Amino acid sequence: MNVAKVLDAKGLACPMPIVKTKKAITDLQSGDVLEIHTTDKGAVKDLAAWADSTGNELLKHEEENGVFKFWMKKA
Amino acid sequence: MAAYIIANGAAAYDHEVTIFHTFWGLNALRKDEPIQADKTFIEKMFGKIMPRGANKMGLSKMNFAGFGPKMIKDVMKKHNAMPLPDLIELAKEQDVKLVACQMTVDLLGLRQEEIMEGVEFAGVAAYLADAEDGNVNLFI
Repeated sequence: MNVAKVLDAKGLACPMPIVKTKKAITDLQSGDVLEIHTTDKGAVKDLAAWADSTGNELLKHEEENGVFKFWMKKA
Repeated sequence: MAAYIIANGAAAYDHEVTIFHTFWGLNALRKDEPIQADKTFIEKMFGKIMPRGANKMGLSKMNFAGFGPKMIKDVMKKHNAMPLPDLIELAKEQDVKLVACQMTVDLLGLRQEEIMEGVEFAGVAAYLADAEDGNVNLFI
């Protein structure tokens, strides 16, 4: 997977992971993939819902030592 | 606090967001510093009693002689929650429209110069006009 940008949102609480994701993805081109790192458990549901509503595609997510990683493809 | 978290989240959804502030919610829009204004005695009293700016607002009814807000701020810091003044700044950055209810501004004796920059003053019709176009409408 070709990651265009990595967003470090670790340590940030709601609503910051979503706000930061929105900002980061705005700067990308259509088809680019954004990798997001966060420690906010709520972000799992939040990013999925956000992707659904905005049309961006959440390719996958995984958890590693309390860090949640997401890969989001810009619509 | 809750209002500003939802507003910032919604702005990240590219929703147009308006926060309409009435009564005690207006205190979040007050400048920190005291502003000299020509006021009646009652208006001055209201000005003194009410918190001047978001940083001075209590978050709950658990005040405990001043310990409550301190405790909540400590807990928020521990959990990396954004404090209200930062959330307001972020909302402005995200072009959230902040509106102060003119009727309650007058009622509480607040003056436009006491309210932070970038806030619009309007009434219930302006709020309803915005709400009519909205998909989500919350009263907090």
